[in-house]
Amino acid sequence: MLYWLYERDLESTIKFLEEKFKSKPEIVKANIKALKTGYFYGETVEVIKTTFRVPEARLEKGTYRNIMGNECLSLGLIAAAEKAKLNLFFGGYPITPASDILHILSKYKNFGIKTFQAEDEIAGMCSVLGAAFAGDLAITASSGPGIALKGEAIGLGVITELPVVVINIQRGGPSTGLPTKTEQSDLNQAMYGRNGECPAVVIACQSPSDCFETAFTACKIALEFMVPVMLLSDGYIANGSEPWKLPDLDKLEDIKTRVIKKKSGDAFLPYDRDEKTLARPWGLPGTKDLEHRIGGLEKANITGNVSYDPDNHDTMVKLRQKKIDIIADYIPEAKVFGNEKGKLLVLGWGGPYGAIRSAVIKCNQEKREVSHLHLKHIHPFPKNLASILSNFDKVLVPEINLGQLSNIIRSKYMIDTINFNRVSGKPFTSPDIYDKILKTLKGEE
Amino acid sequence: MSENVVLKKKDFVSDQEIRWCPGCGDYAILNAVQKTFPDIGVAKEDFLVVSGIGCSSRFPYYMNTFGFHSIHGRAPAIASGAKLSNPSLSVWLITGDGDAMSIGGNHFIHLLRRNIDINVLMFNNRIYGLTKGQYSPTSEIGKVTKSTPNGSLDFPFNPVLLAMGSGGTFIARTIDKDLKHQGGIYKEANDHKGTSFIEIYQNCNIFNDGAFSILTDRETKLDSTIRLVQDQPMVFGANLDKGIILDGFNLKVVNIGEKYSISDLLVHNKKDKNLAMLVCEMTYNDLLPTPFGVIYAEEKRTYDDMLIEQMEQQIKAKGPGNLKDLIYTKNTWTVS
Repeated sequence: MLYWLYERDLESTIKFLEEKFKSKPEIVKANIKALKTGYFYGETVEVIKTTFRVPEARLEKGTYRNIMGNECLSLGLIAAAEKAKLNLFFGGYPITPASDILHILSKYKNFGIKTFQAEDEIAGMCSVLGAAFAGDLAITASSGPGIALKGEAIGLGVITELPVVVINIQRGGPSTGLPTKTEQSDLNQAMYGRNGECPAVVIACQSPSDCFETAFTACKIALEFMVPVMLLSDGYIANGSEPWKLPDLDKLEDIKTRVIKKKSGDAFLPYDRDEKTLARPWGLPGTKDLEHRIGGLEKANITGNVSYDPDNHDTMVKLRQKKIDIIADYIPEAKVFGNEKGKLLVLGWGGPYGAIRSAVIKCNQEKREVSHLHLKHIHPFPKNLASILSNFDKVLVPEINLGQLSNIIRSKYMIDTINFNRVSGKPFTSPDIYDKILKTLKGEE
Repeated sequence: MSENVVLKKKDFVSDQEIRWCPGCGDYAILNAVQKTFPDIGVAKEDFLVVSGIGCSSRFPYYMNTFGFHSIHGRAPAIASGAKLSNPSLSVWLITGDGDAMSIGGNHFIHLLRRNIDINVLMFNNRIYGLTKGQYSPTSEIGKVTKSTPNGSLDFPFNPVLLAMGSGGTFIARTIDKDLKHQGGIYKEANDHKGTSFIEIYQNCNIFNDGAFSILTDRETKLDSTIRLVQDQPMVFGANLDKGIILDGFNLKVVNIGEKYSISDLLVHNKKDKNLAMLVCEMTYNDLLPTPFGVIYAEEKRTYDDMLIEQMEQQIKAKGPGNLKDLIYTKNTWTVS
């Protein structure tokens, strides 16, 4: 009936049924019959006077497929492993809404992917640290409560400067909260949720089809800079579906790991850094003459030996932050949608991308001076963010939390921001954002 | 292994200053391990020593191998990740009674259940040493410590029995003071495919001095301990005049002589699970000697082998993964 109502072609669904129930021809027949009967019923009874025609979406040229966020993200991880010429190790513990990543990756053992369902979240994270030390592209995925459990081990990854990617498919919190609902409330956790000065890279997906590139970038940063990367997605992105313009695989960027094969001086120095990126070398167990020890006690810079020296600790604390800050030189500058100057910038991150973008497009069609900037890189921020922010009279930050990005922007750039927060477990709709934009423009915030 | 290099003990000594208290049992264990490693047929670069937190967990810093000093209780998970990433490594896990039995209890049982080919050396001093003297999960009940001035109220774990219950496939016990015995056990553990669990009684001379003195003092040790030797009758005592028999479903000490002869005694068989359970129970038991040696050994498939097998099967069935095919599936459409 719906196919008739919306004037949709039955052909692709018939094909899908034939494929899906290949081994059960009677089920294929029954389904096709039911499908066609509904369609012809709609056509014949002439009760419903209205049909709807949805115009074809305007998409860029290219090859497309429909994809859900977690699947797209998993493919990004697999692509990164291939580009880095590493095996992918995934260690994790089942949790909604992140488990799909474990399910998906476990199907691809023929890609050299190892998946390890650990006994708990902590073990998931720790297995990933072990695999990273041994030379795999090592990844874990969880959601807020699981990430909380992993916190201490993520800190171990920060002090041992191992390349790991920690994926958080955010859900409603605190505690068990709303496991099946979406939220953006773990940004503070990604930024600060560990003991000590413990900086990690933070990067966020903005839509299901964007997950590929963001996951790829997260792996690239982890491997090239030898740092843990917190990759944020959310329940809405993870389970949402949209057309994905398939990437040209020949044009994917290379990933150059820090693996070294031979020692150069008298002894291998595990914290002897690249001058520009400050990334340490990756000496893998099994490689002759590279024997060394790492661990959670403070390390002397260069040698990596345990050090309680006060000046060394001060150096290392600052160095670990500098390692993150330096990455800003290597990531793309932020690009504003709409005018680069104006009355209002809507600044977003993560899941609300679509709602914000449609609202801003509508405003622009109505000749309202509104621009949109959506941040993928949150720690570090793109280098030009300060100058972009200074070009607008007002900055509106819609978030499904109590203003976590907004607070970071305020404290870092000393500017006022206007918060728009609703934490109901549901994504923003475009009209929500549109109404708030109009109010803000009128000065009714 | 890269080439045939003859390794010596000094090859495994790192340049780091040892920070254990003088007189600690840990020195003897470090010495025994450094003496054993050259002889077990593993290239130096293939050793990986992983530890958690505690006095014993300083161990990797003193070994000139690849090492990872991690966080409290989590070494089994880190070692598992490393071993699964690179199954050709010889992975040794150093832990203590607090690290493995308390904060890391969950990881410990699951490592044994999976039977990943890792050798676990658990230093058991029945006390928290690094935090300066609280009772541990292996301390005897009633233990007076800093945190239990009126005596502890918890019943202790018997680590070898916990290892049996977790599905362990190699379970042994040794003691810091006996270097030779340690060496033999470490070699056997290395040869065993699967998780090897070795409980090492270790004296903390600062916070629990003499915990095992009855088992090590010249006057008492022969009557309070028994060496398990495969296929040999369970004989012990200063004059080798005592033995263990099965009395109903329990073990009992008898004097060899008039009523009992050697042939009445139980014969140790590490492959016998029921016997191993009984031998494990010869712990914290004043009526029976404390056993040392390999209590249980079972051949069972390892997780690491099965993982590799599964991957090979999948490659055989589907062919090596092709990224382009994975992304450009059948359900695509083109916009031009």
